Amino acid sequence: MSFAEAWQQMSAGMIETCKIFFLTLLFTLPLGMVIAFGRMSKIKPIRWITTVYISIMRGTPLMLQLLVVYFGPSLIFEGYSLDRFQAVIIGFVLNYAAYFAEIYRAGIESMPKGQYEAAKVLGYNKEQTFVKIILPQVMKRVLPPITNEVITLVKDTSLAFSISHLEMFNMAKQLSATHSSLMPLLVAGVFFYVFNLLVALVMNGIEKKMNYYR
Amino acid sequence: MKIMSTLLEIKNLKKEFEDVKVLEDISFSVKEGDVVSILGPSGSGKITLLRCATMLEKIDSGEIIYLGEHAVLNDSNGNAVYAKKKDLKRIQGYFGLVFQNFNLFPHYNVMKNIMDAPVNIHKRDFDEVEARCDALLEKMGLSDKKHAYPYQLSGGQKQRVAIARALCMNPKILFFDEPTSALDPELTGEILKVIRELADEKMTMVIVTHEINFAREVSNRVIFMENGVIVEDGTPQEVIDNPKNERTREFLCKFEK
Repeated sequence: MSFAEAWQQMSAGMIETCKIFFLTLLFTLPLGMVIAFGRMSKIKPIRWITTVYISIMRGTPLMLQLLVVYFGPSLIFEGYSLDRFQAVIIGFVLNYAAYFAEIYRAGIESMPKGQYEAAKVLGYNKEQTFVKIILPQVMKRVLPPITNEVITLVKDTSLAFSISHLEMFNMAKQLSATHSSLMPLLVAGVFFYVFNLLVALVMNGIEKKMNYYR
Repeated sequence: MKIMSTLLEIKNLKKEFEDVKVLEDISFSVKEGDVVSILGPSGSGKITLLRCATMLEKIDSGEIIYLGEHAVLNDSNGNAVYAKKKDLKRIQGYFGLVFQNFNLFPHYNVMKNIMDAPVNIHKRDFDEVEARCDALLEKMGLSDKKHAYPYQLSGGQKQRVAIARALCMNPKILFFDEPTSALDPELTGEILKVIRELADEKMTMVIVTHEINFAREVSNRVIFMENGVIVEDGTPQEVIDNPKNERTREFLCKFEK
């Protein structure tokens, strides 16, 4: 089996992998912020719930979480089941939002009190202070750890195999078995590497763009 | 003689941090055109007093009145009650504050630091604010730094931008929280010069400072604080040159070289 052949046969899976990646990011980036707010909330029950949530999401394997999301509902509501793709996205989003939340929280808590005070004295209300003063600086600060997480996400998409969702890596394994060839796995490796190279390039570009101030 | 109106009145202000009394029964007022310096050893409560007056810190008891409007009043039990949010917002517009660490917004350039609040928060006319911004920068000697970012400025320049930012809000009274403490000695001069110029223009100011000579020269009133109370309150000649209180004398001695 040639490299090109394997690549071509796996292209549908690659699209699937990209879909998981982009959809997860799309929902995770804002959801992580919501959870970060919950984690920092002055209301104890909210803080408590988000703390437990983050603890569970970080403390158990993503693979297991995917299984729970996919099979869980059908155990409770007989006959009901999510389709595999939905389950994959929900599982990834729930898991990654926990990590993003902690990154955001670290960023927000690293902001000096003086920025809030200066804004207050100048008449910014709480929302204006956060949106105009705090958030832009937080985004700059959290970019490096976010890049880390995003790169991990690219590689984690392969975990979708645990509920037999046919993404690229899952395909590679099947092709490799049927054709007794390592070529599909090599293709998978190249694909992941190039994908992450692009992610790193893009994130680097954003970081540079934000370097207009220090 | 021109009748000077009272801009700020603080009555019987009390403040505790976890049962430690930081401010005890502080009363003083600031009249239009006053330049008041607040001196005192560290831990005397002078910065807390400034933070209470600018509402960055909540007080436990007492009254804070700006231009006759109550920002804080006591209820019948003697506990401080703050005015409604809307009223506080308005009262907040009466004063400005210059911080020890400047607290410029690093992601905004000089112009935006100065203009963002008046234009985008207080909805003043952009052209009017820009003209004011330009005039202030010129006065601060920073006309060429209009588009610079804070990290490109020296400490003294940052502090002058911070002063311009506070002035662009057209405050009636300007507070300074140790405006030169974070600066190298050779840079303090430029800030003191700016404050001196503002004093000449009859800008009402309250300055917490360690610069005794500066306080003597620029202010018409000096307050000396220790352990959360005002020990002396009078003209620089009275407080700095002829202190009545033993502690004031001791404190001032350390600065005489």
